[in-house]
Amino acid sequence: MTLRSPLGRARGLGSAKEGTHHWWMQRVTAVALVPLMILLVGFLPVAAAAGYNGFLQLMQDPITATVLTLAVIAGLYHMKLGLQVVIEDYVHHEGAKTILLVLSALGASTIGAVSLVSIFMLAL
Amino acid sequence: MAASKQRPLSPHLQIYRPQLTSVLSIFHRLTGVALSGGTLLLAWWLVAGAIGPDAYAIFEAFCTSWIGWVLLAGFSYALMYHMCNGIRHLFWDGGFGLELKDAYVSGYVVVVASVVLTALVWGVGLGIGGEG
Ligand code: HEM
Repeated sequence: MTLRSPLGRARGLGSAKEGTHHWWMQRVTAVALVPLMILLVGFLPVAAAAGYNGFLQLMQDPITATVLTLAVIAGLYHMKLGLQVVIEDYVHHEGAKTILLVLSALGASTIGAVSLVSIFMLAL
Repeated sequence: MAASKQRPLSPHLQIYRPQLTSVLSIFHRLTGVALSGGTLLLAWWLVAGAIGPDAYAIFEAFCTSWIGWVLLAGFSYALMYHMCNGIRHLFWDGGFGLELKDAYVSGYVVVVASVVLTALVWGVGLGIGGEG
């Protein structure tokens, strides 16, 4: 039995103030991805039909490079957050869960870095 | 904490009758994971382009093989579905459309819109390809 009030016991133990950060960033990236994915899906058939030289020319456009950069960053951040939820839901073994979480985060960063460097090489 | 009685947990998938809402929900997750794999194809495309014409030709050959077509068709539909249903999620997050009837209506809208948009992308895409 404790004489301390429920509020007193909870006080100071409070949240780290980022309880909603993951959820919120998943929504922010989702909102950003709507126009970005529409532009990407519009661009892909044009680029695919253009052949290699046409593709090189399209990629020199700074607006194209900017949209692709934003799509890669928002997309992979959103993916990293989403895969984290899926892993946490289904993988209950502590070790396997940690390894998968690290691998998915590193995977997203690597795919992102490789894509961005390629976009910049093509744009410059 | 051990439960005093072993009660069935809900939703228990073996006895859970699939409904439009639950099927669309798991499909959002499935398409999200599939799209994660799709980022590899997108990265391959950009890297191949940056390396040069030979690497780009290999990528093109892969995409125009039957497995490439299947993957591209799958990814384009997955993206359109996930985008439409993602927008549905965002409306829910804003507090809209949460009544059961509305959730069904928006569910049907997502099914139709995702098919129409995918067809549109391929119609326009193949149209451009045919000209070029
Ligand atoms: C096109 C625009 C997109 C929108 C509007 C969107 C929207 C959303 C939303 C709202 C969620 C949260 C769902 C929930 O709380 O259950 C979500 C989850 C997810 N998204 Fe997206 N998304 C988009 C694109 C993408 C892309 C391109 C990828 C992959 C690279 C992706 C991968 C995922 C994953 C893995 C999840 C987690 C699924 C789950 O928890 O069940 N999304 N998306």
